[in-house]
Amino acid sequence: MFGRKRKLDDFTSEIEAHLQIEIERMREQGLSEEEARATARRSFGNLMQAEERFYESRRWLWWDHRWQDVRYALRVLRKSPGFTAIAVLTIALGIGATTAIFSIVDATLLHPLPYPQSEQLVSIEDDLPGVGAHDVGMSEPEWQDLQRSGIFEHVSPTWFDENNLTGSSQPACVRLLIVAPNYFALLGVKPQLGRAFNPEDHSPGLILEVLISDGLWKRSFGGDPHILDRSIRLDTDLYRIVGVMPQGFDAPGRTTEERNIEVWIATSFYGPPMSDHPPRSGRILPTAVARLKPGLTIAQAQSRLDALVAALQKEFPEDYPKLSAWTVRLLPLKERVVGNTRQSLILLLGAVGLVLLIGCVNVANLLLARASARGREMAVRQALGAARQRLMSQLLTESVLLSLIGGIAGLAILFCIKGFLLRLLPDSLPRLNEISINSPVLLFAFGTSVLTGAIFGLAPALHAGHFDLTPALKEAARGSTGSGKQARTRRLLVIAEFALSLVLMIAAGLLLRSFWDLLNVPLGFNPQNVMAVRTRLPYPNDPKIDTYATPAQEAPFFRELLRRCRALPKVEEVALGDTASIPLDESLRDLKLISEGQFLFTVEGGDIQSDEPAVAERSSVTPEYFHLLKIPLLRGRLFDESDNDKAPQVGVVNEAFARTYWPNQNPIGKRFRKARADSPWTTVVGLIANARTESLAETGVPKIYLDLYQTGGKRLAIFLRGDLDAAAIPGEVREQVQSVDPALPVSGAQTLSETVSASLSERRFSMEIVALFALTALLLAALGIYGVISYMVSERTHEIGIRIALGAGRRTIQQMVLRQGLGLAIAGAAVGLVGAAVVSRLMAGLLYGVRPTDPLTFAGVALLLIGVALLACYVPARRAMRVDPLVALRHE
Amino acid sequence: MELLQGTLDLLILRTLIFGSQHGQGIARAIQETSDKELLVEHGALYPALQRLEERGWISAKWGVSSNNRKARFYSLTPAGRKQLIKETNKWKRLAGAIARILGPEGAGG
Repeated sequence: MFGRKRKLDDFTSEIEAHLQIEIERMREQGLSEEEARATARRSFGNLMQAEERFYESRRWLWWDHRWQDVRYALRVLRKSPGFTAIAVLTIALGIGATTAIFSIVDATLLHPLPYPQSEQLVSIEDDLPGVGAHDVGMSEPEWQDLQRSGIFEHVSPTWFDENNLTGSSQPACVRLLIVAPNYFALLGVKPQLGRAFNPEDHSPGLILEVLISDGLWKRSFGGDPHILDRSIRLDTDLYRIVGVMPQGFDAPGRTTEERNIEVWIATSFYGPPMSDHPPRSGRILPTAVARLKPGLTIAQAQSRLDALVAALQKEFPEDYPKLSAWTVRLLPLKERVVGNTRQSLILLLGAVGLVLLIGCVNVANLLLARASARGREMAVRQALGAARQRLMSQLLTESVLLSLIGGIAGLAILFCIKGFLLRLLPDSLPRLNEISINSPVLLFAFGTSVLTGAIFGLAPALHAGHFDLTPALKEAARGSTGSGKQARTRRLLVIAEFALSLVLMIAAGLLLRSFWDLLNVPLGFNPQNVMAVRTRLPYPNDPKIDTYATPAQEAPFFRELLRRCRALPKVEEVALGDTASIPLDESLRDLKLISEGQFLFTVEGGDIQSDEPAVAERSSVTPEYFHLLKIPLLRGRLFDESDNDKAPQVGVVNEAFARTYWPNQNPIGKRFRKARADSPWTTVVGLIANARTESLAETGVPKIYLDLYQTGGKRLAIFLRGDLDAAAIPGEVREQVQSVDPALPVSGAQTLSETVSASLSERRFSMEIVALFALTALLLAALGIYGVISYMVSERTHEIGIRIALGAGRRTIQQMVLRQGLGLAIAGAAVGLVGAAVVSRLMAGLLYGVRPTDPLTFAGVALLLIGVALLACYVPARRAMRVDPLVALRHE
Repeated sequence: MELLQGTLDLLILRTLIFGSQHGQGIARAIQETSDKELLVEHGALYPALQRLEERGWISAKWGVSSNNRKARFYSLTPAGRKQLIKETNKWKRLAGAIARILGPEGAGG
């Protein structure tokens, strides 16, 4: 269109030539110079029009008009700074918030994982749907089958664990990932220092080389550049550091702990300390990642994998019983990392979008009010020949410009408070450090701005589109402007705004009530004045150096530690337990599930027919635990000195357990055992009250407590009760632990109240965000109704003046105005209540203790909204009351 | 007689079939070949020329007229020639159809 542009000059000279030729021809016919010129002009017609038509046809006009519109819009916006400021601020708020949430969505859900060709990376999950088991892990022979299948470049099992690191400044408990030697080749990541494992290494046992994270290197080794080849001890076993991973390298894990790995160890998963010939049925490799062969899609790989699984099932029928229906599933690796957050992030984006929409409605309302005030300007311009299209396009330009300015302001605010906002995000959010304001985010902000401007500019522009000239000019003369239709649109917009705000506020109200109920739920234990400090006993691969191999070897350590901690200042009670015994603790959940925590068992004398094992929560504690947490004993006894490693194993169960497995019976003396034929029986000796130690939201989770002296434990929690100094305790406990065994790490000191509150952190985050959005929505709705009512008052000043002059009481006038506002608010609330009833049903899973249609919340929030509306109308109502009839009437 | 809407393009193309011509020449030719029945407002000619040029049916270049004046000469492109044949056929069919509808009364009235 612009390429073959013909210049206006060229066109003009062509017409000039035409006229000259015509004149000469006329002269030849005997006309005088003057006459010839006049005739030529006449037969040419309107010269100006020809040029104009040429100009219009050349599209310059379009740009010309846009430029005119922009200049005009800027002038208009400058002329009413109050309006401009409010509109820009509203949009800045909306676009800033939406962009902020989008930047999180962009970084976590949309961006590929930060590894080369990351679309080829998959997570492998083994399921046994026949017995209802998912992600059960694989065995070593199966890993070898996958490696040889030709489907994958590399396959690496991954095994998350904790280990005690000694040989650096201070014993520390580090997060460890045991991987195959090809792990880093698979991911395509190189260390910043040293080398990765040799991917071809297939030697038995653990390869005695480790890579460490940048964080651990700097924290424990002071960033020593000569770190390579240094020896460290992990659970007393000796390893050599061969590489340091780069800063910002996160392992692709599902939980925060699995992403923040500090040490990598490689093995081929056979040979000591593992079995020399691992059995096919031994699913000891918890998870696996793999890289597909180049050019292979996940779907293609899956179908080839299905064929492989079918062949293996045929070849080894004993290992793969038909009943269990073994399947292997490939998932994009990204799904494993961010899959859990998708739902809540999209919900958040929806909520913030609603706020933006309310903001749009608000600005549309402001624009409409102004458009009616500018009715006369529009009418005059139209009367002078401005095309409707031009007027509409000019109004749209104004709103889009307004929106762009708002968008820029929003981005500027976002840039300034970026650091603060990032700190608000829960640590459990994956890929936190990848969040940035990059070009897709900027593009999103720009697109949203233009779209927003178009949306809220549409109503006023359409009104300008069908604008009746005569009444507008007449009305303008009388100082009253808005047409009936326009006023109706504005009222509808306010009602919509109220309805949307009510939906958000009810959502926030329900979340708030759930949160409040959870905070005040009777715990069944007393977290006040209790601290838990963690330590961990080593679990060396070499049994010869294992000084804590049996519960009997661990018992002296437990006793000595308890004795020493009891002597600490201000400590009144002390108990020990494994980390699963820390109430409501959510850290390292997966690890706890494997080593402690959930436990499959069968009950003696139960239904013989069903050999289906039952699942219960389990932890090992010392007997002081129950009194320290104020969990009352209802029947029988707690553990005592006679329960040692030589005596038969005993257990304490809670009421929920007893009621589930021995309903209406005395549980004391009953027996259960681990769901394996050769396990010894455990006799129930005591019954305790239910406590919400596993989940705040659930009461009555069946729970078993075993005697720590009988079971032993590696990952330990030391519980202390007393008027404690939270700052001093970690150091004091560390001293006591290390004076018994100087190689033990001490970490994670926390008051139980903190643990309880941390278990609510995700709920708190979503509640706070939704509440924040709801408050913004309320503010915008209040502004909206204020604008409409103020405008109505100013529109009716004349009428109010007459009413007052005729003797209407000022109270009556005020009530009349308030009634108008009340009508809008009630209509909006009614629509909103219906919407909220629909939306809240979708939120049922997020609620606790309240029904999705809780009448108290619905009524309370609706009343609050109406109250705020009345408050917002009060100011214009007072203004109406104060109208001076003389001034109002003279105004005409 | 005023020109019917849309016929100017056809007349311009038809005029150019005898060779390239400048704007004034085209206007004159239309008037003279129609025995002065058709009046072309010269000013209206140029937007039409512009349009035809944009569609690629005619091409233009500056040249010198018979009385030694610089003028912009238009000539028919192959696409224009095709268009002319198409339009002429259409026009003839239309004119024939209208003539049949109007019939002898139309001619008589």
